[in-house]
Amino acid sequence: MSTEVGTMPEVKEASPLFGKKERLLITDPLNDNNPITVQVLGICSALAITVKMANALVMSISVLFVLVFGNMIISALRNTIPSRIRIIAQLVICAGLVTLVDIMLKAYVYDVSKQVGVYVGLIITNCIIMGRFEAFAMGNKVWPSALDGIGNTLGYAWILVVVAFFRELFGSGTLMGFRVIPESLYATSGGVYFNNNMMILPPMALVLVGIIIWIQRARNAKLIEQA
Amino acid sequence: MNALRKLVDNLKPSFSEGGKLEKLHWVFDSLETFLFTPGHATNTGSHIRDPIDLKRTMFMVILAMVPCLLFGMWNVGHQHYLALGQFLAPADGLMDKFLFGALKVLPIVVVSYGVGLGIEFLFCSINKHPIQEGFLVSGMLIPLVMPVDVPLWMVAVGTAFAVVIGKEVFGGTGMNVLNVALTARAFLFFAYPTMMSGDKVWVNVSTAAGEQVVDGFSGATSMGHAAVGNMAGVVPLMDSFWGLEAGSIGETSAFACLLGAALLIFTGIGSWRIMLSVFLGGVAMAGIFNLVGPGLNNAYMQIPVMHQLMLGSFFFGMVFMATDPVTATQTSTGKWIYGFFIGLLAILIRVVNPAYPEGMMLAILFMNVMAPVIDHYVVQANIKRRVKRAALAA
Repeated sequence: MSTEVGTMPEVKEASPLFGKKERLLITDPLNDNNPITVQVLGICSALAITVKMANALVMSISVLFVLVFGNMIISALRNTIPSRIRIIAQLVICAGLVTLVDIMLKAYVYDVSKQVGVYVGLIITNCIIMGRFEAFAMGNKVWPSALDGIGNTLGYAWILVVVAFFRELFGSGTLMGFRVIPESLYATSGGVYFNNNMMILPPMALVLVGIIIWIQRARNAKLIEQA
Repeated sequence: MNALRKLVDNLKPSFSEGGKLEKLHWVFDSLETFLFTPGHATNTGSHIRDPIDLKRTMFMVILAMVPCLLFGMWNVGHQHYLALGQFLAPADGLMDKFLFGALKVLPIVVVSYGVGLGIEFLFCSINKHPIQEGFLVSGMLIPLVMPVDVPLWMVAVGTAFAVVIGKEVFGGTGMNVLNVALTARAFLFFAYPTMMSGDKVWVNVSTAAGEQVVDGFSGATSMGHAAVGNMAGVVPLMDSFWGLEAGSIGETSAFACLLGAALLIFTGIGSWRIMLSVFLGGVAMAGIFNLVGPGLNNAYMQIPVMHQLMLGSFFFGMVFMATDPVTATQTSTGKWIYGFFIGLLAILIRVVNPAYPEGMMLAILFMNVMAPVIDHYVVQANIKRRVKRAALAA
């Protein structure tokens, strides 16, 4: 290998914007390499902010912003960040972006910000973000890093939204705040139905994530770890 | 019997490989072995064999639960008529009470078995393995730990959750970490607290024309009364021993539980070590409360030890839940530790935390989770002791 490097032609091949490799950056995290269900990262936020779908969406958008821009910035600076202090440099960039998101949420969607505010601050500790900074952005160019950020956020987001869908539907009888299960079915107005309080509690989010993992591995045997 | 055997033999080909109903082979197999002890013998080297198989074991446990079930049916009726001010003495209106209770309890039993076995059959057909009989006992335990007024759809949801998430995801019968029936109850307890606790669900107060609930009636259990400091509402010792109190269907009678315990211990199916150590744990905690209660001016803590244990589901959990061989510890020393802490925690939770009027369910589930750890340390201690002994001998 090392002998071949010297004889490589100097001509740079322009890589296509959406070649096969680039498409894989987006599609792989959706399923086979999902950050939550396969890499088991970012579980805390999957449990904490999936009680309501609106919160899950706001969280996803916030993570999208932080991860895509963070990935791009770190990728652009990857050759100038001294490797001995790279973690702290990544943290500073991440913290800056998270603060920006927090301020924007407070300015434009104050009600939501009040509910998810504490978790937005905690995006900085979301393992997916530091994981992608460290594992991908530090070693790749800006464009693939941006795609990687989008892909991983989408993989994270769809799990969040699916979990939140079931939790909000069965826990509160609403979706995005709109009533789906009619009031008249409830026991308080003469029906037989009750909201499932278990859905509001975090353990149920864990069970739901577990069920998604179960379905995923039943469909794709290569994800099953060999004991 | 011969006619039955012939019928089974006639049906067999269509369920065997290549037959029309091949998909249902394991369902057929399970029903066949239910009727007749299987004829096939182990043909490779076997170890210790016991003529009693899982089906017979499970059946024995169900037999042990029958006193609780029958008494529970009667008690449902008894509590109902008490609320309406009729048949006040326990001996009055025996058949009325029993029939009323049976009509309330049987649908819950049917739903629990229907949903649980349906899911079990489904999983066995998909995974192509023989149907295990673990659910036979769970299916009977679930109705016994439900309040009488629980809606049937909740029983179905709780059972489905317990069988799928509590058992099948871990690999089915014998692999579950948590007791299946208690998983169902805990799920419903946290999911629908208004229908699983409080003072509205333990006694059925449906009234026909011309009937009405007596003045001053409260449907709260003794534990519910005690949790809010109303000691007058706690039933006397002998009533709680026989089970004349409001509560989950099968849990109220310590006497019926003891009948079941006798059968389980006599047949060697239930571990007497666990039962005894749960009891001792309860005695220890209730005793401690007796000692510190007067100083803290806490009336709940001052309930005499025996009375404290008779109340609520302590005996039922001790006999039927804690002894579940799958979720309990396996080592003998482990069983003492496991049981002792169940008794201790059950009394501790029920007295100290008013949010959980009955601590038995949570205590057993907690110790279920701890059981493998206990076993691990017991085994390690044994290994260490033997290594030391070997070193001394050498």
